[in-house]
Amino acid sequence: MLTLSLLLFPALAAVLILLVKGNATRQLALGAAIVELALAGYVFATFTPDAQSQFGFDYAWIANTGIRFSAGIDGISLLLVLLTGLLTPLIILSSFRQTYDRPATFYALILLMQAALMGVFTARDGFLFYLYFEAALIPVYFLAALWGGENRIAVTFKFFLYTIFGSLFMLLALIYLYYQTPAPHSATITDFYNLNLPPKAQGLLFWAFFIAFAIKMPVFPFHTWQPDTYVESPTPATMLLAGIMLKMGVYGVIRFILPIVPVGVDAWGQTAIVLSVIGIVYGSIIAIRQRDMKRLIAYSSFAHVGLMAAGVFSQTAGGLQGALVQMLAHGINVVGLFFIAEIIFSRANTRMLDQLGGITRTTPRLTVYFMIILLGSVALPLTNGFIGEFMLLSGVYAYNSYIGFVAGLTIILGAVYMLRMYQKSMFGDANTRTEDFADVMGTESYVLAILCFFVFWIGLYPNSFLTLTQPAVTNLLQYMGQ
Amino acid sequence: MLSIILLSAFGILLLFLGFLKNRALLLPATLLFLLASLGAAFTDWNGTFAYFNGMMVTNKLSILFTVIVLLSAFMVVALSSSFLDDEDAQPAEYYALLLFSLVGAIMMISFENLIMLFVGIEILSVAMYILTGSDKRNLRSNEAALKYFLMGAFATGILLFGMALLYGATGSFTVEGIKAYILTNPTGGNVILLLMGLLLLLIGMLFKVSAAPFHFWTPDVYDGAPTLFTAFMSTVVKTAGFAALLRVLSGAFGSMYELWWVILAAIAVLTLLAGNITAVYQSSFKRMMAYSSISHAGYMLIALVGLSPQSKQALVVYSLAYSLATITAFGVLLLVAKKQSNELVPAKPNENYEVFNGLARQNPLLSFMMTVSMLSLAGIPLTAGFWGKFLVFSTAIDKGIIWLLVVAVLMSAVGIYYYFRVVIAMYFRDGEGGAIRVAPFYRFVLITATVLTILLGIAPGLIQGLI
Repeated sequence: MLTLSLLLFPALAAVLILLVKGNATRQLALGAAIVELALAGYVFATFTPDAQSQFGFDYAWIANTGIRFSAGIDGISLLLVLLTGLLTPLIILSSFRQTYDRPATFYALILLMQAALMGVFTARDGFLFYLYFEAALIPVYFLAALWGGENRIAVTFKFFLYTIFGSLFMLLALIYLYYQTPAPHSATITDFYNLNLPPKAQGLLFWAFFIAFAIKMPVFPFHTWQPDTYVESPTPATMLLAGIMLKMGVYGVIRFILPIVPVGVDAWGQTAIVLSVIGIVYGSIIAIRQRDMKRLIAYSSFAHVGLMAAGVFSQTAGGLQGALVQMLAHGINVVGLFFIAEIIFSRANTRMLDQLGGITRTTPRLTVYFMIILLGSVALPLTNGFIGEFMLLSGVYAYNSYIGFVAGLTIILGAVYMLRMYQKSMFGDANTRTEDFADVMGTESYVLAILCFFVFWIGLYPNSFLTLTQPAVTNLLQYMGQ
Repeated sequence: MLSIILLSAFGILLLFLGFLKNRALLLPATLLFLLASLGAAFTDWNGTFAYFNGMMVTNKLSILFTVIVLLSAFMVVALSSSFLDDEDAQPAEYYALLLFSLVGAIMMISFENLIMLFVGIEILSVAMYILTGSDKRNLRSNEAALKYFLMGAFATGILLFGMALLYGATGSFTVEGIKAYILTNPTGGNVILLLMGLLLLLIGMLFKVSAAPFHFWTPDVYDGAPTLFTAFMSTVVKTAGFAALLRVLSGAFGSMYELWWVILAAIAVLTLLAGNITAVYQSSFKRMMAYSSISHAGYMLIALVGLSPQSKQALVVYSLAYSLATITAFGVLLLVAKKQSNELVPAKPNENYEVFNGLARQNPLLSFMMTVSMLSLAGIPLTAGFWGKFLVFSTAIDKGIIWLLVVAVLMSAVGIYYYFRVVIAMYFRDGEGGAIRVAPFYRFVLITATVLTILLGIAPGLIQGLI
């Protein structure tokens, strides 16, 4: 039942906000998101660390077909539910200093997005998953296309078509799997796990799923929609995309590809890892050359998710655990970075690194917050990024040491582009744009402080998360061993 | 079968009502007649009944198709209030022709004897030829009617030729008779004659549902005909056509599946490609809808290629979803195009994508309904159209025809492109002009269609349980 309230509450709140309108919409939205966070926090606190799906809800959705409205939370879902619950109020709070045209629609869309994301991460039925997977696209598309930058219509349309195109193949794969289950058919994901599919079918299914998830993540060469969309979207939408939505792809790989088509992964996993690692190096090198902060962060996100994908396809416990923790960590870091880019843009009216500089002179608080989040993303020990990336790299290394070595470049290159961004924007001489740069205050401080707190929490005591995911990962590896 | 009799009687009655001075009476009277026929359709609900010496047979499936056809007609008529304002229009004749054409549609749906199929197609088509040309002073309407008539006459000839060959091969005109012949002569007999007959019969019918390569009339006719009749044609004719195809293929030729599925699959691929790719290049919304209707014929053909008991469900859900969405789309177009029609050339309203610009700001409800309809046509989840596509794809996956599905999926992605152009125009572009006044009943019909679309998207079990 708890899962059901997680799914329904934000959607109902969104409808309420649309009906109420008025001046207090954002406070209302924030309140709703905080209630949702409390629910997610309760789930986190009372979760029993075993491989079972908990807090479940199950209802025969379409009679006589075995298609069920079935949702629940296991160790793999847990961190993502927590991430969604945590980031949404922060994203809403971070938007408080901006005024958006038609605020009721704006915040209602954010909450609808949250509802859909919760659905993706908790669905236990293949078709329910597909439904939410698609449904998550619509609010963020409207957010980006209504409030985005100059070129928004063309860019977001490309994004929309690209992702729908991928997920249609997933739909075919799901229907195929549905018909492979013994009659009367079932679409429950764990029933898919028990199918013994012929290798040829597994290969095809692998690609059908992989294209859907690779576009979402994105993995090289399916990433071309990403930088433009991140740059053109309004920052809250970018945060939703980079912070949470990108994780849908990684989650999908863990939930579907690995346990359902293990033979397919044996055959094609290496290709996937090589593509991911190409993405790491390619994204990092492009990030080093960027002028626009937002675009730089977009490419860094592309590089980071490449490592997550590589870790997942390495099929090692370390890689999987690392991916789960890194999803949480990356969500926190990337939202922080985009928020800082937005803060700088709102004050200096530019995000171009060569037009910035000298911000540290007047901003002690921003300097510290920015540094902490930045260190988190370059995976310095004791920060959240270190735990995830270390485990991921150890996983990839165990799979193949050469690939592991190349993937390890992410740490070096990441430090290069991140520190370059920090240096160019914060240090150096101030110019007319940055002379009177006001320090972060009020809601901005709260958001950054909370994010920094999580950077350290995950960095210093990852066990509070790892122990919860451990049994589910072990369980998953058993399915793959079959 | 009561509905056929009622519809014919009501049609004649309507012609006489036309003599009255009071034109306002016609619309409610027609709606009432349609409701009565809809109710009458359910009298045959429990079981299979043969009528008119076995010329027609009704069962649950045929009744569901009948209901979809009558429901579509009801909605189209409900949206037709603009006739009453038009001095040149002859609403009584239009309504009567619509009712007569429905008689033909129901005959196509529940035929048992191929002669009835032919008669049904003719009744439906002749009425449609006239209605296509009903905008008498509009050259494009005239052109459309002539094209439709000439091409349609050809197709009918081919259809009849096919029936004659089938009779020659099997000695029977009935679905059961042909089936029995094929079962008793699985390999021997007049296979070539039989196949030729089937092929010609299929060509005639595929013409009516505008499958490629027999689709060339569609864009011109849909574009030239008054929008309301376009809505009628693209829903009623298509639903009836597919119901008839289903009956021919699953009833009579089900055991010859191995021989014809490849042909049909090739036609489905061709239809999908022709419909979707050409739709991308249209600047007129109405023409886009014409090509989109071709592409939907392609999807529905997939259900026939993957012929199984599931195909029935798939076609019912698909045609209902498609009809609801199409009528909503044309209903909104009527309103929007009227507002922006060109004063200098009154005969030609603006029906390009631009007319939707900025609609979301002026009229949020209309643009929401239009969005739902476009999402449903594109097959996005939580709309009825998704389950239509889902069931159609299921049939082919069950048969393992993956290559066809890959084409279908690619074309669905293309479809999203042109359907979303409307959404983009409504929400993200600026337009001029004030809010559009919508008559309460008109609005009610559109809202009902939208609610049904969403309801079926959330709970498709509602209709699947019926079959």
